Amino acid sequence: MHEIVAVATKDLRIEWRSKVVASQVLPFAVIVLVLFGLALDADRGTLRTFTPGLFWVTVLFVAILAIQRSVAVETASSAFEALRLSGAAGWKVFLGKAMAVAAQLAAIEVVMLLGVIILYRTSVADPMLVVISAVAATIAISTAGSLYGVLAVGMGVRDTILPMLLLPILAPVLVAATRAFDDALNTAAVNGWTWTVMLACFAVLYAIIGSVAYAVVLEDT
Amino acid sequence: MPTTTVRQPEAPAIEPGSGTGSPKTRILGIACLVGVVVLFVFAFFLTEEDQVQGDVVRMIYVHVPVAIIEYFGFGIAAVGSVMVLWRGSMWWDTAAVAGAELGLLYSGLMIGTGVIWGRPTWNTWWEWGDARLMTSLMLFLVYLGYLAYRRTVPDAETRARRSAVIALVGIINVPIVNRSVEWWANQTLHQQSSLSDGRLEDLTLFTLAMGFVVFGMIFVWLLIHRFRFGWLERQAEMHGLEAALAERRAQRDADIDESLAHPGVSEGDDMRGGDDMGGSDDMAAGSGDVGEAADGAGQQSGDQA
Amino acid sequence: MSHLGYLIAGWGLVLGSISAYAASLLRRGRVISAQVSADRQRWMTTDESAAEDDA
Repeated sequence: MHEIVAVATKDLRIEWRSKVVASQVLPFAVIVLVLFGLALDADRGTLRTFTPGLFWVTVLFVAILAIQRSVAVETASSAFEALRLSGAAGWKVFLGKAMAVAAQLAAIEVVMLLGVIILYRTSVADPMLVVISAVAATIAISTAGSLYGVLAVGMGVRDTILPMLLLPILAPVLVAATRAFDDALNTAAVNGWTWTVMLACFAVLYAIIGSVAYAVVLEDT
Repeated sequence: MPTTTVRQPEAPAIEPGSGTGSPKTRILGIACLVGVVVLFVFAFFLTEEDQVQGDVVRMIYVHVPVAIIEYFGFGIAAVGSVMVLWRGSMWWDTAAVAGAELGLLYSGLMIGTGVIWGRPTWNTWWEWGDARLMTSLMLFLVYLGYLAYRRTVPDAETRARRSAVIALVGIINVPIVNRSVEWWANQTLHQQSSLSDGRLEDLTLFTLAMGFVVFGMIFVWLLIHRFRFGWLERQAEMHGLEAALAERRAQRDADIDESLAHPGVSEGDDMRGGDDMGGSDDMAAGSGDVGEAADGAGQQSGDQA
Repeated sequence: MSHLGYLIAGWGLVLGSISAYAASLLRRGRVISAQVSADRQRWMTTDESAAEDDA
């Protein structure tokens, strides 16, 4: 546990110093929300109805950037090598890095939620459901993303291959998170808690798969 | 350097490849061709049209077999990936790629025929709520990524291990996609049990079974050839360098002998023999292009090699 | 025959794609087998022992 937290705080500290995510990825998220507003003709009814979908599609785009950043932090100084030599188990490194990505995504999601409330006139009907489903979805996205991020390490074309590998895998997460938000933001009559349970299952599943697979991948990074 | 006539390179020592065929696959290939013809006759001339759907039901003889056999391809990719991670087997890596590529082909055909069949029967090209179409689409996209990813990893063993992870995560995702689409849409346009409830006529059922056999045979034929191609690719990767070096040395020695015998002849052609080996030339004597452009330099580094 | 266009499109897609893929596979196989010595192409030989060396 100690090592997991150590890896996570290391990544967050790097972000705190460099502010790459805060100064580049976060504005990107807001820009995408504004662009959706423009593309959908500023029709507030439409925007409000589709808020859950637009929100989570934006989160997926943002997640790609955050994950690329999370990997770049390691490759820039061949730190994967150092992490491996440090003797920390692969799965601990994986969970630490995924936690750091999840924390950054969560912070961005808070800003985005404020954004859709202001820009799209969305109202939050069930704050508890919003928080819990968002946490589950964020963990699922960041665990799957961290695994695929490291798979693409060292490939000259990792910037283009990552979305292609990651996004199809995350399609079910998108479905479940959108449905959960449909309930929480009162945009469709569905049972959001069922979908939240499903999101939690994804989060656990991807965390386990990633922990097992990371050792294999880190071996020959 | 005196201008001399450029000597024609001798006929390359490599005979044209015999390909990936063997007597047994040739027999299987002929059987596939005959099977397609027979299936076509049964599907279009001997079976009756459907009372509801009309003649378009004849799509069933390609769509359903292709849709089921698709999973054999992805299944082979999954088993192969497990064996790669478990045993480090490169043989299974080759099998996994072959399975993945065929799964990709068959799932693409499943989607294509599904779209074409959906239009006249469901009145829509694409039905988002249909779990089977969506599952095939997701598998298609995941394995498209798998094959694209493999092109980006130069080292064979790294490529095998890493792409095995991708293949397995993709397979694990299949039931998830399937379930989530069903819960999401809570509907499916597919006939749930048309194969089992006895509504299909005997001859229709027979023709459908024949479709399974024919497309199954085609699958096996393609799988064998794709596996052999992958095997050859790996052999070329592993032994290509050695072979290129050996051939280069032999060629150079021959050229040196000859240039000693005929001092007026340019020694510039010594790079030609290995040209078809492509990139492996780099390791031996600079790239082939450089070798030809600057004969002297090529000769020198060739001597060092 | 009703829906002939759809049937031609569907069957044509399947048979056309498979034929095209098979043709490209044969062609690529022929090209690459020229680069590999015949003793490594064990389906042309009867030596069963070769089957073990890469498993």
